[in-house]
Amino acid sequence: MIEERFDAIVVGAGMAGNAAALTMAKRGMKVLQIERGEYPGSKNVQGAILYADMLEKLVPNFREDAPLERHLVEQRFWMMDERSHTGLHYRSDDFNEEKPNRYTIIRAQFDKWFSGQAQEAGAIVLCETTVKELVKDAYGKVIGVITDREGGEVHADVVVLAEGVNGLLGTKAELRDRPAPDNVALAVKEMHFLPRETIEARFNLKGDEGVVIEAAGTISRGMTGMGFVYANKESVSVGIGCLVADFQKTGETPYDLLERFKKHPSIAPLIEGSEVKEYAGHLIPEGGYKAIPQLYGDGWVVVGDAAQLNNALHREGSNLAMTSGRIAGEAIFQVKSRKDPMTKENLALYKKMLDDSFVIKDLKKYKDMPDLLHIQSQNFFLTYPQLINKALQNFVRVDGTPKVDKEKVTIKSFVSARSWTGLFGDAFRFARAWR
Amino acid sequence: MTVEAPIRVEDKLFQNRYLVDVGNAHIKVKPHTKPSAELLALIKVCPAHCYELNTNGQVEVTPDGCVECGTCRVIAEGNGDIEWNYPRGGYGVLFKFG
Ligand SMILES: Cc1cc2nc3c(=O)[nH]c(=O)nc-3n(C[C@H](O)[C@H](O)[C@H](O)COP(=O)(O)OP(=O)(O)OC[C@H]3O[C@@H](n4cnc5c(N)ncnc54)[C@H](O)[C@@H]3O)c2cc1C
Ligand code: SF4
Repeated sequence: MIEERFDAIVVGAGMAGNAAALTMAKRGMKVLQIERGEYPGSKNVQGAILYADMLEKLVPNFREDAPLERHLVEQRFWMMDERSHTGLHYRSDDFNEEKPNRYTIIRAQFDKWFSGQAQEAGAIVLCETTVKELVKDAYGKVIGVITDREGGEVHADVVVLAEGVNGLLGTKAELRDRPAPDNVALAVKEMHFLPRETIEARFNLKGDEGVVIEAAGTISRGMTGMGFVYANKESVSVGIGCLVADFQKTGETPYDLLERFKKHPSIAPLIEGSEVKEYAGHLIPEGGYKAIPQLYGDGWVVVGDAAQLNNALHREGSNLAMTSGRIAGEAIFQVKSRKDPMTKENLALYKKMLDDSFVIKDLKKYKDMPDLLHIQSQNFFLTYPQLINKALQNFVRVDGTPKVDKEKVTIKSFVSARSWTGLFGDAFRFARAWR
Repeated sequence: MTVEAPIRVEDKLFQNRYLVDVGNAHIKVKPHTKPSAELLALIKVCPAHCYELNTNGQVEVTPDGCVECGTCRVIAEGNGDIEWNYPRGGYGVLFKFG
C-alpha cells in the first residue's frame, strides 16, 4: 500500500481522529489518517450540537468557514407524558454574541470540513479504507495497522485509535472489551426538511438563531433514554435513544419509539409537513467514568467514543472527543520531541494530561449517575414525568376546586406512587449522584 | 386507544444512500437450530430490521439496509451467535447528513 513509515497513524476521521491528526500534523509530524467512509463524516451520526470552545482550541478562526447551522440562543428541557410536557426553557439574548458558544451542525458536512483542516496542515487522509487489524511486534507493541487495501499493511511509531463507540480494533487486539448492552444507548434519528421561514416561525427564531429541545419521560416507555429536537437552518433533527439493555429487555423497536415521539402532540406541530430525507442509527457511550477502559499502551492510545469519553447526561460527546484527540496529539508530540520511544510508560502522559482536563473531571463528577438512572429507570422515566405533568395540569386548570385540595391531591399522588421513603430515597440518591 | 398500523422501517431506509457490497455480507448469523434469546431480540432491536425469522424458525440476517450501528454486535457477538464486521472501505451506508 504505502511504503513509507509514519510518525503516527490515526484510525477514524470523526471528531476525535480529526482533532488528533490536526494537532500532530500542525506540529510537523508525519500523519496518516484512515477512514472507512466514502468521505469523512459519511458514517457519522450526531444530534448535533457543537461546542465552540473545544473547536476554537484547534481551529481558532473556525467561524469563518466551518459549515455551521444555527447558533443556540435557547435550550428547552421537556418532561413528557403521553399528552403533555412540562418545560424548562432558557433563552438569552446574551447568546447572540460575537463568538457564539454553541451551534447546531450537520456531521456529514462538518467532518468533511474538519478533515480538510487536518489535510491542510499536512496529514494524509485515506478514505474508503477499513482498518482490519492492529499489527503488533513480538513484544506486543503496536507498530501499525492492516487495512483492506491490497498489500494493506502500514507502520508507524504510534497508532491513535479514534474508531468511535464500537471500537472493533481495540476489542480484536484485546486492548479493551466490546461495549456492554447497559453501557451504550442506541439512538435513531431523522432529518426533517422545512423552509427556513417555517422553522424560524415555529421555533420563535430570527436569522441564524437556534433552539434545541431535550426531552425525557414516558416517550422512552420506562427505558433509560431521551429524545431530542434540534433546529438547523433548513432542517430539524429529531431523534430518540435508549439503553441497548433496555431495548433488549422490553422488546420495543427503535423506529416505533421514534414514530411515537414524532406523533406526540408537543412534537408533531414542530415538524408537520416536513420532508424526511434520512434515517440514521448510532450508539452512544453511556457508561460514564466507570466504563473508561485502559487509555494507552505500548504504541497506542485510544480517544473519543472508543474510550467511552462521553457525558451522556449533558449530551456532550463531540467536545470530549475533540479534546481527548487534541490532548493525545499533544502528548504524542511531547514524547516524540524528547526522542523517547512510544512505550506505555511514556504515553502515560496522555492519561495524565486528560485527567487534568474537563473531560475526566466532568465524567468523574457524574460517576454514579448512570447506575442510578439505569436501576431507577421506571421511576425517572415513567412515574415522575406522569406525576409532575399531572400535578401541573391540576395546578393550571381552573375549575373551582380550592387550592388546598388541589395540593393535597398532588401530594397524595406522589406518595401513593412512590411512598415517602421512596421519594426521599430517590431525591437523596439523585442529589448524591449529581454532586 | 386506536390501533396503529405497524411502522414500515423499509420506507425509512429507502431515503438512505447505500453502496451494497453484493455477495460480501458484513454480518453473519452462525448456523443454529433453535435461536437464542439474544438472536430473537435482534429481530426487534435492530433499527434497520435486518433480522428476521425464516420459515424454519431460524434467525436470518440481510444486512443490505444496515446503518452500521453495532447494536446487534453488542447483544449477540459475545455468545458467538453472530460474526460482525464493518463493510469493506467505501461500502455500506453513506450518510448525506448523519
Ligand atoms: C444521535 C446522537 C446524538 C448526539 N448528539 C451529540 C451532541 O449534540 N453533541 C455532542 O457533543 N455529542 C453528541 N453525540 C456524541 C458524538 O456524536 C460522539 O461523542 C462523537 O462523534 C465521538 O467522536 P469520535 O471521533 O470518537 O467517533 P466518531 O465520530 O464516531 O468517529 C469514528 C470514525 O472512525 C471511523 N472508523 C471506525 N472504525 C474504523 C476502521 N476500522 N477503519 C477505518 N475507519 C474506521 C468511522 O467511520 C468514523 O468516521 C451524539 C451521538 C449520537 C449518536
Ligand atoms: S449493525 Fe445495527 S443496523 Fe446493522 S444489522 Fe446490526 S443492529 Fe441492525
